[in-house]
Amino acid sequence: MIAEAGAFALTLALALSIAQVALSLTGRVRRSAPLAGAGEGAALGAFLAVAVAFAALMHAFVVSDFSVANVAQNSHSAKPLLYRVAGTWGSHEGSMLLWCLALTGFGAAVAGLGRDLPRGLRAMTVATQGLLGAVFLAYTVFASNPLARLLTPPVEGRSLNPLLQDPALAVHPPFLYAGYVGMSVVFSLAVAALVEGRVDAAWSRWVRPWALAAWSMLTVGITLGAFWAYYELGWGGWWFWDPVENASFMPWLVATALLHSAVVTEKRGALTGWTVFLALAAFSFSMLGAFLVRSGVLTSVHAFAVDPTRGVLLLIILGVTAGLGFTLFAWRAPTLSRGGMFAPISRESALVMNNILLAASTATVLLGTLYPLIREAMTGEAISVGPPYFNLTFTPLMVALLVLLPAGPLLAWKRGDAQGVVQRLWVALLIAAGAGLLALALVDPKKVFGILGVALGGWLISGAVTEIAERTRAFRVPIAETWRRLTGLPRGAWGMTFAHLGLGIFVLGAVFETTWKIEAAEALPVGGGLDVGAYHVSLDAVNPVAGPNYDADRGRIAVTRDGRPICKVEPERRTYTTGGQTTSEVGLCYRGASHIYLVLGERRDGGTYLVRAYWNPWASLIFLGPVIMGLGGLISLSDRRLRLGVGRRKERAA
Amino acid sequence: MRPRLLLAALAGVACLAAASDPAERLPDPAQEARAREIFRDVRCLVCQNESIDDSEADLARDLRQIVREQVKAGKDEAEIKRFLTDRYGEFVLLTPSFSVGNLALWGVPFLVAIAGVTLLFVRLRNRTPDVELTPLEAERLRRLDDDETP
Repeated sequence: MIAEAGAFALTLALALSIAQVALSLTGRVRRSAPLAGAGEGAALGAFLAVAVAFAALMHAFVVSDFSVANVAQNSHSAKPLLYRVAGTWGSHEGSMLLWCLALTGFGAAVAGLGRDLPRGLRAMTVATQGLLGAVFLAYTVFASNPLARLLTPPVEGRSLNPLLQDPALAVHPPFLYAGYVGMSVVFSLAVAALVEGRVDAAWSRWVRPWALAAWSMLTVGITLGAFWAYYELGWGGWWFWDPVENASFMPWLVATALLHSAVVTEKRGALTGWTVFLALAAFSFSMLGAFLVRSGVLTSVHAFAVDPTRGVLLLIILGVTAGLGFTLFAWRAPTLSRGGMFAPISRESALVMNNILLAASTATVLLGTLYPLIREAMTGEAISVGPPYFNLTFTPLMVALLVLLPAGPLLAWKRGDAQGVVQRLWVALLIAAGAGLLALALVDPKKVFGILGVALGGWLISGAVTEIAERTRAFRVPIAETWRRLTGLPRGAWGMTFAHLGLGIFVLGAVFETTWKIEAAEALPVGGGLDVGAYHVSLDAVNPVAGPNYDADRGRIAVTRDGRPICKVEPERRTYTTGGQTTSEVGLCYRGASHIYLVLGERRDGGTYLVRAYWNPWASLIFLGPVIMGLGGLISLSDRRLRLGVGRRKERAA
Repeated sequence: MRPRLLLAALAGVACLAAASDPAERLPDPAQEARAREIFRDVRCLVCQNESIDDSEADLARDLRQIVREQVKAGKDEAEIKRFLTDRYGEFVLLTPSFSVGNLALWGVPFLVAIAGVTLLFVRLRNRTPDVELTPLEAERLRRLDDDETP
């Protein structure tokens, strides 16, 4: 009964989304506030209806109602509650429903929070958001109904892919989808602005909070995914340049470019066309990501819940919506103002360089992901594009971006002073060189790229600190004055500093971990041991354990250093009773920012167990850095100047 | 982490050639390290986008054995890779070749960057202002509460 109510609510949501489009459009054309208001009401209604459908599906998962096909295929009554809840979005159908929930949720948010947008722009935004909602809801209702019943319900479900039974992965999709779909608002605002013929500083200011919110969510979502891959796949790696990872990384790169170009549009009225283009591209890449992940056109280590026939439908949706957006852009963009002039050495130029390099990086990731498909379609030859390709193309582009980064915020608008910037950055430069030399002196083996990478990380971090020091005139005015300036800094400034600082921390961790990780593996009898770096690892015991829906060998591993105990961990090798897959639960031992990473492998003849041990120096920074970046986004978002509507009041005052 | 600790942690393990599985490992650490280097560039053909360095599949194990045998026999990386591509096609290598067919793949990223920079400079040369911010622009920026980036 509840499932039927949910299915009905889903259909209702589709109807309401269509009404949202019709009412908002009519409201816009007739300049009727009540009609446009009704459109906003429909947006809110559509969100509530999807929420009801989502709750119904979650209920079916929680009570293990196997008469619902989706639950029967993806759940199991023995699964712990958290994973039954997370199972709601673990399947194709469920994840598309989550997508729709986010899409209508953002639609309702625009309708509710966009009170200060000009009436026409607001109506067009709500209409576009409704159109996107209607398209994806139609797809969900007609091609991927998550609440369809089975005529003969099974007694037990077929369970979720056991790799997904993990807390980080349970919460990873909601963040990721909020990020992906948050870009839809930016897309809708861009379409509305093109229709209205109004792209200016104020518009750019309205776009920013939405882009920031989506970007922050996406940052956290990708980080959670990387952390999951790190400790769940049991290879010690965290980023594989896998198509599914790339699919989430492309919208992130575009959104990052958008955040920076929107600043130029807002502050200086320049780059308007480019900013609109990026606003359209960000959500287009999100949809491309959904298509790549869900259609299974690419083989991936993360390919779950794949369905090729539905992939075609998703491709059509992508083609039509993105195609319409970009056609509109091609038609209207020439009418956009060209904006202010600026010198080659200026803040504007620095931000344009940021955008060029991010665009080239996105092109790299896009090509690396799709080229095998294109090449095979055209010539029939299959090729692989793996991590070495990205190391040779993406990395140099990114290094160029990171080397330039600290200079950007120190340059003046319109016409900057290169000499002055160098003067202000010399301390940071010394710190960077010092960090590199320290690595050269202290860390073995000597590796040139690792040392340069450490210097780059030091450069980013000291550059971010320099920027704050410059703003507060630290060491040049009395401390009290510096403190006053420091506390008076707008949150937007802090947000930027945190984002850049987080990036530096990430670079430091990524470089250190990839360059100086140590790996050791031995087939150990119980009581045996092996050395990894300065640490000794001993396998004290292996016991069979029965989990809720798996059987496991649980190892007791003690880590010592020079005979002193460091930590004890219990890695597991699990065999799931339904399906029979095996997974590893890694044992992680934290030493400062570094990890000792322990994997218990299969049982060998003679009662030995394959034990893999990794020393992953500074690995925590890889995940800490992006979290700080995401936090920076949220701090920036809390800036009162960025709240909706402030832009318009300022513009009026102008 | 303090540098000295790090130093201690890394001392004496300068070139520990670890292996994914001791049962497969070559006795000579230098050869083993070379084999591992090659593994990372070889695709496990039956897996979902994993290198044979990562994969536990039987085929990956067989490929590892082939590569190790050839390393042991003294063949160099290029020879081993040629052997693999002759047998399995270019698909088996994770690094796409620098061939005409892959021109766009390798070229476009840098082309985008170069085109962008060129466009920027052409635009700027034609329209470079010779003044700093006008009082009006400065006032507008100040009102926008100056120079925040996101």
